[in-house]
Amino acid sequence: MKGMSIIVRTVCHWVSAFIFLYGLCIVVYGHLTPGGGFAGGVILACAFGLMVLALGKESAVRAFPVGSASKLDSIGALLFLIIAILGLFAGGGFFVNFLQKQHPGEEMALFNAGIIPLCNIAIAIKVCASLFLAVVVFSVLRVVGGGSDDEFASEEEE
Amino acid sequence: MVYPLCVLLFLVGLYGAMTQKNLIKIIISVTIMEYAVNLLLILIGYRAGGIAPIIDRTYEGATFTPVSVDPFPQAMVLTAIVISLGVLALLIAISLRLYHRYGTYDITEIRRLRG
Amino acid sequence: MSTLLVLLFVFMIIAAIVAIHTNDLLSAVISLGAVGFGSSVAFLLLRAPDVAITQIVVEVLCLVLLIRATVWRGIRTVSGSRDTFGMAVSGVLVVILLIFTIIAFEQFPTFGDPVMNRIADAPANDYIRNGLSETGAANLVGAVLLDFRAYDTLGEATVLFTAIIGALALLRRKSRSGEQPKE
Repeated sequence: MKGMSIIVRTVCHWVSAFIFLYGLCIVVYGHLTPGGGFAGGVILACAFGLMVLALGKESAVRAFPVGSASKLDSIGALLFLIIAILGLFAGGGFFVNFLQKQHPGEEMALFNAGIIPLCNIAIAIKVCASLFLAVVVFSVLRVVGGGSDDEFASEEEE
Repeated sequence: MVYPLCVLLFLVGLYGAMTQKNLIKIIISVTIMEYAVNLLLILIGYRAGGIAPIIDRTYEGATFTPVSVDPFPQAMVLTAIVISLGVLALLIAISLRLYHRYGTYDITEIRRLRG
Repeated sequence: MSTLLVLLFVFMIIAAIVAIHTNDLLSAVISLGAVGFGSSVAFLLLRAPDVAITQIVVEVLCLVLLIRATVWRGIRTVSGSRDTFGMAVSGVLVVILLIFTIIAFEQFPTFGDPVMNRIADAPANDYIRNGLSETGAANLVGAVLLDFRAYDTLGEATVLFTAIIGALALLRRKSRSGEQPKE
């Protein structure tokens, strides 16, 4: 799948780094300002989606391969579950905020609020990888002239 | 006045889902219904003259509690919005498979060409 | 404030009607984007910044996916006959539902006076009062999502995971020689 013209490609190179940084900021400060894991994860996926649209599927998949996106998706979900189970062992209940109860940080600081920032990061990794896979997999050959397309979707490796 | 308008938006989506023949139009109608339901949930939790449920450095417990809006429906709607995106991806995948199999998005034609 | 909300809702209803009735698929998708954008502005007016950020970003990705499924593949317009009897019956049903909902909404709390104003020990009052001291998070919506109601967030992560895996499993590559698709 080809990309777009040279102006769009240059702008995309510069802008997608800023979008990625903005997404990271929304995820990491999720317990202090509006945002959180879900919104930040979708913004991170949008940065990669911009690369798929402007640079073409091959360049974007070279930057973030489909196989590692699959693995990151599962790792994010598993990390979220592991944090929950750790609450069972260390705190006395499933999903208990054990870090906050035992080592409370100072208010309005970055390293505060127990497991909430860690959960935000795990959810952001999961949502970003999932939605990047969804955007990539929907890119098929453009139908020109009404013919049919044999290569329906490409998943190069699992 | 705002509650019936929100329900009217939901009913417009429902009308579209019932009468349209093109699969993509049906998916668009379902998305309109989802937007309307999320709006209704946030409307229920609004307090007149309220402030957002974010605590800043000028926080006083006595002045914040009677003014802030309800944070509970906002949290639920946040998850609902992201779920609707996943469901939309699944719906589009199903419709792409149907197009590949039958060559059309029209549900009356698909009903006729069985197998 | 209420008049601004009413104007926004009227704009969204008009955009929704356009999205459903137009014959051009690209216009329909763009009108859906207008509905989502109006919804995000409404969330801002209703003092929900978290939800507004999420709504606008999700709606942009939604438009990208929808355009990829239709216009990208060369399908531009909708064709087909109209079924007037079906449309009439659906119209009557919608009007009846609207009348019944207007009657039912008399029982709702009035707009601007939520349930937590009347019930002193509602969970929402509890979260607002003890949110900062119990969780240490200044964003009360995040505290509710990941501390007080973390189980629902786990369910949401599972649903998203399953939906995306279902979509990926449906779009696997078909083998070129025409045999069984490699599933």
